[in-house]
Formats: sequence, C-alpha cells, structure tokens
Amino acid sequence: MHPAIQAVLTIVIGVGGCIGYFYFSNIILDKVLYPARGPDAGRNINRANMIRPWLFLLPAMVALGLYLAYPVVATAWLSLHDKSGETFVGFANYSAMMAEAKFWESMRSNALWLLFVPAASTAFGLLAAQLTDRIWWGNIAKSLIFMPMAISFVGAAVIWKLIYDVRPEGAEQIGLLNAIYLALGGDAPQQWLQIPFWNNFFLMAVLIWIQTGFAMVILSAALRGVPEDTIEAAILDGANPFQIFFKIKVPQIMGTIVVVWTTITIVVLKVFDIVRAMTNGQWESQVLANYMFDKLFTASDWGMGSAAAMVIMLLVTPILIWNVRSARQEMR
Amino acid sequence: MDNIAGSKPALTWAVHIAAVLLVALWVFPTLGLLISSFRTGDQIASSGWWRSLSTQEAQMPAIRLKGDEIQKDGVFLIEGNLFESSGAKVSRWGFNSKDPEAYAAGETGALPSGEAITVSEAGAFSLSSTQSMADLRMPRLFVTAAIPPEFTLNNYDTVLFKPAPGQSVGKAFLNTLTVSIPATIIPILIAAFAAYALAWMEFPGRALLVAAVVGLLVVPLQLALIPLLQFHNSIGIGKGYLGVWLAHTGFGLPLAIYLLRNYMAGLPRDIIENAKVDGATDFQIFTKIILPLSFPALASFAIFQFLWTWNDLLVAMVFLGTTDKEMVLTGTLLNLMGSRGGDWEILSASAFISIAVPLIVFFAMQKYLVRGLLAGSVK
Repeated sequence: MHPAIQAVLTIVIGVGGCIGYFYFSNIILDKVLYPARGPDAGRNINRANMIRPWLFLLPAMVALGLYLAYPVVATAWLSLHDKSGETFVGFANYSAMMAEAKFWESMRSNALWLLFVPAASTAFGLLAAQLTDRIWWGNIAKSLIFMPMAISFVGAAVIWKLIYDVRPEGAEQIGLLNAIYLALGGDAPQQWLQIPFWNNFFLMAVLIWIQTGFAMVILSAALRGVPEDTIEAAILDGANPFQIFFKIKVPQIMGTIVVVWTTITIVVLKVFDIVRAMTNGQWESQVLANYMFDKLFTASDWGMGSAAAMVIMLLVTPILIWNVRSARQEMR
Repeated sequence: MDNIAGSKPALTWAVHIAAVLLVALWVFPTLGLLISSFRTGDQIASSGWWRSLSTQEAQMPAIRLKGDEIQKDGVFLIEGNLFESSGAKVSRWGFNSKDPEAYAAGETGALPSGEAITVSEAGAFSLSSTQSMADLRMPRLFVTAAIPPEFTLNNYDTVLFKPAPGQSVGKAFLNTLTVSIPATIIPILIAAFAAYALAWMEFPGRALLVAAVVGLLVVPLQLALIPLLQFHNSIGIGKGYLGVWLAHTGFGLPLAIYLLRNYMAGLPRDIIENAKVDGATDFQIFTKIILPLSFPALASFAIFQFLWTWNDLLVAMVFLGTTDKEMVLTGTLLNLMGSRGGDWEILSASAFISIAVPLIVFFAMQKYLVRGLLAGSVK
C-alpha cells in the first residue's frame, strides 16, 4: 500500500475510531448499563457519572502508560541486563560506563551546556524582550528573533555549519566566522568545530540561537504584566532606566525566569540532533543523548544504552519533581 | 514605559540600534543559507554569500576550450565564448596554472605548441594555427573576471527532480508529510476528551492524574526508544509508519492534555453549569460547547505538534528506519552533511526545502503559537 494512502486511512481510522469510541461508549453507558429510567433512575445517573470520566480518560491513559510510563520502568530494567537484554548483570553496565572516558567527556559537555545554554538564552531573551517592547517595529523584530524556533535542529546545524565553514589558508573564506576572524586580524582560518573544548561553545550557539525566541516571547509577556505603578514610583524616586530594569522589573518576573530556565534546561538535556549533525561527538564534543544513541544503535549494546538513558532521566528528575509540586500547589 | 524612553532621545536611539543588531544577528545565519541556495556551486565556493549582491572580480575555475575548427584564408581557427550567458568581463587571463594572469583582455598569447590565442573582454576567444588542430588536446584557460550578481534555481531543480541515488529530497518531503499529518491529528481528539475530564469532571484521583501528566511532560523520550521498539516488534508492527504515528501520539499527549486542560479550566463556569441545568449531558457539553470554544488551544497544540513531528530526527530514525525509501527530510539532510558536506549548493537547497514548510506554518499561525507557549509556561 502506498504510504500516502496508508496515511489517509490512518487519519480516517484514527479520528473515526476516537469519535466512535467516545460516542458509542457513552451511549452504552447511558442506555444499556445504567439507563436513566425505571425504579433506579437516580442511582443509575449517579453511577454513570462516576464512570464517565474514566471513559473520557481511557485512551489517553493507555497511550501515556504504554508510551511514556512503561518505558521508564522497562529502561531501568534493561539497564541492569546485558547487551541483548537477557542476562541480569546488576550494576555492571553502570560501572562499565563510569570507566569509559567518552562517558565523562559527555558529562563534562552536558555540564557546560547546562550552564551556558539556559543562561545565555534567558539573558538574550530578556534583552530582546526589553528592547522590542519599546520600539514601534517591535513585533516584526520579535517575529524574526522567534523564527529559528520553527527550524529543525538539523536544519539549524546546516545553517551554522556554513557559518563555521573553513577554506584553506589563502583562499577566500565562505564561512562568515572565519571571514570576520581574518578581517579582524586573525592569522589563519580556524577549524572551529575541531578545537577541543571550545567547539562545545560553537555547538551551543546553535541551540541558544533557537531557544532565545522562546525565552523572549514568555519574558516579554511577563514584563508587560509588571504593574505600572511600581515603575512610576521608581521613576519618581529618580531611578535610571537600568535600575528600573534590574531592580524593579527583573525581581518581579523572577518566577517566569525560573520557568524559562528550567524549560530550556530540559531541552538541553535531550540535545541530540545538533551534535549528531555537526560533529557526531568527535573532537571531545560528545553529549549524553548522542552517547546513548551510539551505544544503542551503533554498538547495539542495549544494557549500556539504557544505563546512559537512565542517567539522563536522573538529571531530569529534580525538575520533574519540582514541576509536579508546583502543579499540585496550583490545583489547591 | 514610553515616558522613560521619550525623555531621553539618546537612549531611544541606543535601543533602536541595539534591536537592529540583535535582529541582524538572528536573521543573518538563515539569510546566508537562503542566498547560497540560489548560487551555483562555483560561486558558493569562490566567494562568501554576503558578496553575492555586488559585482566582483574573481579568478574563475579553469575552463577547457571547446569548439569546431574552421579553415579561413589558409589558417585553422577555433572560436567561441568562455561564458555561456552572464555579462562577466575578463580582465586578465592565462593558460598556465603557474601564471594564470599572464595576459590582459584583448592580448594575444602563444601556446607552447605554437598556436596563437586571443581572449576578448567579453569572453570571446579565438585559437588559430597554421596547421589543423584536430589532434590537439584543447588547452585550459584561467580567467580573472568581474562577475555580476547572478542567481539560479538550478540547485532546487537538481535536488527535487534529479537527485543522486539515495538523496531524494522530493521523496523525503512526501515521507515527512506522511509522518507528520496523522501524528498531528490523532493525539488532538484523545487529548481533548481527557483534558475535559481533568478540567470539568469531578472524580477521585483527578489531582493525582494532573500531576502525573505534568511529570510525564519532561520524561526524555530517549528512554522510550528500546522498550517501544521491542513492544512494536512483539505486536507485529515492527518499523514503519504505524509505529511512528503511535510513538508521536504517545509523546505528544502530555503537552496536549496539559495545554488543553489549562485552557478549558479557564473557560467560564456559567456556560457549563447553565448547559447542565438545561439537561445537556457531559458528552453534549463537550462536543457542542467546549470543543468549539477551545479552538485557539487546539490550534496552538496542532502547530506545536506539527513543527515537532516535521522537525524530529530521533523518533523517525528509530521507528521508521534509515534506508533511502523511509528517510524523512531531517534524516536526508543528516546524510547529505555526511556524504556531501562540501557541496553547499546541494546542502543549502535541501535544507531550505526542509525548513520552508515549518517557516510558512510559523509565520501564518504565529499568534496561536505564542498563545500556546504562554498557556504552557507562564503558569
């Protein structure tokens, strides 16, 4: 069957199935199981209303359980087993991983990413929000800064690889960075992506470029929510614009800044495509997600790969707990 | 806030200039690739894209002469033009790679084998000899010329309609479309019903379920790869579109439920209670009132999910496979970067085809995207 026909069929079956399920399960509940007539009408209505939420939730719960909750448990289980996932080996995968230099290299890179990407994206986002809120062409500017958000990580990798491109010494440089570097008096064109340690920063620039728009949009909304009278009071007291920004506005949107920071942190922990496309972890730029992918699909070692995935999960867990706690506070 | 800026014109100017710089920094990378995708491979390789809009003097790649011999007044002649169309102007030329600028335009030089050669400013050349040149290996010319800006659609033509084996961007485009459309539509309905239950129905364990959804929101999908691949194999789906659609549905649900629940919970209570008083069932309230009112939230999730599934590399690589037939755009790009990393004309056109659709969606539906982001994060 042609994939396009299969796609149309899937949409029809998927959407039709959903509508059918919800419609008929409701009819069965109301008309067959607990009909709202006869001697028990009142009790039946109550019973039906107790069951209905679960009818509405069932498909979502099955999908979430199977595609997100179960894999966490299964991955934990796999990480305690050998390559093929059959023999129990305890924590051997974890200790083997700890002994690998490449693992620690990934941890170091990830630590750098965690430190710099959320910080830089939030800072640039805040700057962009503050600047664009004050000018008449602010919305156009916002659109343009926000645009990279729509570009895939691989597409962004191609875009930035052109910037980092290098030609032999003497030839005309076609990469913007090398052209600028030479114009500013650099001695020889640099292989930016092959300089150990520093290449991490050139990779990070790509993600910062993508995430700044997100930070800007959220922070701009938060800045607009800052009460006008606090700012007016500050002006009357003779505060200069910088003081107003850093001492009045920023403290009031601290909560939003934290949310933006943690959201970007989660993206950073999962970063894979950019590194895969630009260096594939060579020249000491490996990150955890790509390390895991190599273990799983290049080395076909499910045990080690799962152990690496569990490390990512472990790093996400504090954010997960924090999110759940604040969501629960909000519910009350 | 305007009064602050208004009172200090210098500061207003500083703000404008800073904003221009920031926007330039964010636009230039994409612009560079876009311009490059309309240049020929030679142009891309010989000068930076930022110089493509001005006429420039550059040494062109070696050109091998070709043409038919004619005989005139006892002299054998081969004539032709070095350039196919463009209005390039020759300034210097030569036939020895060690001295590529030996002659000025219009001068005549003598080849080591005895033939005389002239190149005019417009690129017309004539090669003359007293004996037949039928057996002569045609010389190569090195030309330094001023080349006016020139753009071409050839790269797109090559990439879409005459691809090298295994690099079919057109096919990958269709594959990506096939992956992303069902993967966008299917989760919406499932999530909408669940979100309604979580927002407006009373039942024990509701708060716990909301918390669970918030928790699942951040679970890295890296964890899901192997267990789900095993699961798909065991129920007989294996690798294929069905698997990708199911996986994207599962991975998209937490965000969908979270966004929609937040939005639905904010709808006015009166409407729903009035409908209940009038005897509407939950199913009717949902389909007739909640669903139409929630359109903005549905739209913003649909955009998120579409961008995410279109741009995804990992899920497609794992659940669909990596052979030429199954490749999506991101995977094809990744391969091109590996195998033809230096062919910027191929790479830039392919990359632009892959980011064109998300960019169109982005600019057309930006309002909903921003709204969705705010609903999802500011809480």
